[in-house]
Amino acid sequence: MSLLALSDITIRYGRLTAVRDVSFAMNEGEILFITGPNGAGKSSLLRAIAGVTPVAGGRIDLAGHEITGQAPENIARLGFSMVPEGRDVFGSLTTEENLLVGAGMHARDRGWRSRAADELEAVYATFPMLKERRHGQAGLLSGGQQQMLVIGRALMTNPRLIAIDEPSLGLAPNINDQVYERLIALRAQRQLTLLIVEQSSARAMMVGGRMILMRGGQIVLDGDARTLGSGEAIQAAYFGYEDH
Amino acid sequence: MLQILFDALSLGSLYALGALGIALIFGVMRLVNFAHGDVIAFCVFALLWPSTDAMAIVFAGQLPWYLLVPFVLFCGAGLSVLCEIVVFRRFRNANPATMMIASFALGFVIRYFLLMLFSSRPKSINLLPELSQPVEIFGARLPLLQLITIIATMLILIGLTVFLRRTRFGLEMRAAAENFSMARMLGVRANRVIMGAFALSGALAGAIALIFVAQTGTADIQMGAAIMLMAFIATVIGGLGSLAGAVLAGFLLGAASVVMQVMLPIDARPFRDAFVYGAVILVLLFRPQGLISARGTKERV
Repeated sequence: MSLLALSDITIRYGRLTAVRDVSFAMNEGEILFITGPNGAGKSSLLRAIAGVTPVAGGRIDLAGHEITGQAPENIARLGFSMVPEGRDVFGSLTTEENLLVGAGMHARDRGWRSRAADELEAVYATFPMLKERRHGQAGLLSGGQQQMLVIGRALMTNPRLIAIDEPSLGLAPNINDQVYERLIALRAQRQLTLLIVEQSSARAMMVGGRMILMRGGQIVLDGDARTLGSGEAIQAAYFGYEDH
Repeated sequence: MLQILFDALSLGSLYALGALGIALIFGVMRLVNFAHGDVIAFCVFALLWPSTDAMAIVFAGQLPWYLLVPFVLFCGAGLSVLCEIVVFRRFRNANPATMMIASFALGFVIRYFLLMLFSSRPKSINLLPELSQPVEIFGARLPLLQLITIIATMLILIGLTVFLRRTRFGLEMRAAAENFSMARMLGVRANRVIMGAFALSGALAGAIALIFVAQTGTADIQMGAAIMLMAFIATVIGGLGSLAGAVLAGFLLGAASVVMQVMLPIDARPFRDAFVYGAVILVLLFRPQGLISARGTKERV
């Protein structure tokens, strides 16, 4: 059975339909890129899975439970962790406090501290930089550091599936490479399932895995990132040449 | 001189605690809770037995102080949480203006409930009379009550700071105040955090009620409105949603009121509040975002 399954998802903002009848499924351990131009509905889709944007139609299943219309905190408890666009660090909290927000979820109040300490060590092992800045205000970290922080924070909830919305946004290419290196390493280490939204398909072709291309709120292509990315098909789909 | 300082501090304490109660709730749900003042009034009347006589029949108020204080704090917290469950929960996704109007309406409901039971006449009530004895400190004669007010406020502020910084619940509340939906995506339970904020805010209302009634010796169903106005102004000056700003601005307002009471020429003293509000306008002209601007209230792109 698939870890995440969307069937006929439609999302509307007022009269505007952002996503129309989108269906796809992901298996445990898979890496899936959703790419496409601005306004294709990629972010809306992620936010709908996370439970912060309501769906107008369709059904979402996660780890054997229907989660359509569920509260975000309950969806997080099923093993879904979201890294939203623009990173959304808690700027006035320290780096460590940011991480700890994600730690409380599975532990009962009593055992919280010790359990959180274990999780913290694991995240610090992956991102040593975060340990150096643990007592610094998170809002003062650089963009790349903040990106590492929010990935670390997502790990603190001990998720099965991490969804990341545009991790490259506003980062220098070499920093972006570092972020992806860590992600790939983490995936192998923790048997994570990754759902990554990117505007450009270049990264998906580099990393490999499966790629879905969206445009105008619908899926236009779905397949292996490396084979899809090579041809003219993707260009046509991306820019919508068939419309002209 | 010392007398002025203590006056300023004790009046400021009242405003600071009030502002904190408003800022706590604004922080987690962007609601300016105008019913807060009426929760304060409710706590005062919780001490009395319902009657329409001019003389208050002190009921719960006769408890010894170590039972009285928890009782009043509990009344405030209880009513406040009840307001959340019955009213504000339904407005969770409404826009801030709608929520604000709902809070006005709720305030009136509480006020007229009190009016029904107690009539609108202010009642005199002598609570903890032993506190009005003066004490002598550094050559100044101060009412013991003033001293206790200041110490209690300091203890509350320290306690609240420790709570917000050191406990898991405090951490979740600070995270939720900054970015509520992100906190929820990390598993922070929305209902728990919001009810916690209301409970804290209600308990603060209870503390204010105790201090106020002990200071003035009257119980009046309108009394919440006056404190609420000052407390609301303090939260705005402090930067809406910023707890530290609310406290700071509360003390500043208290100081400004007391200092103007002393410094203004005798003829101008009746207009003291006009001068205080004038100062408020000046502050807002130069720092429209408040003294300490809260993160997370900024427009997101």
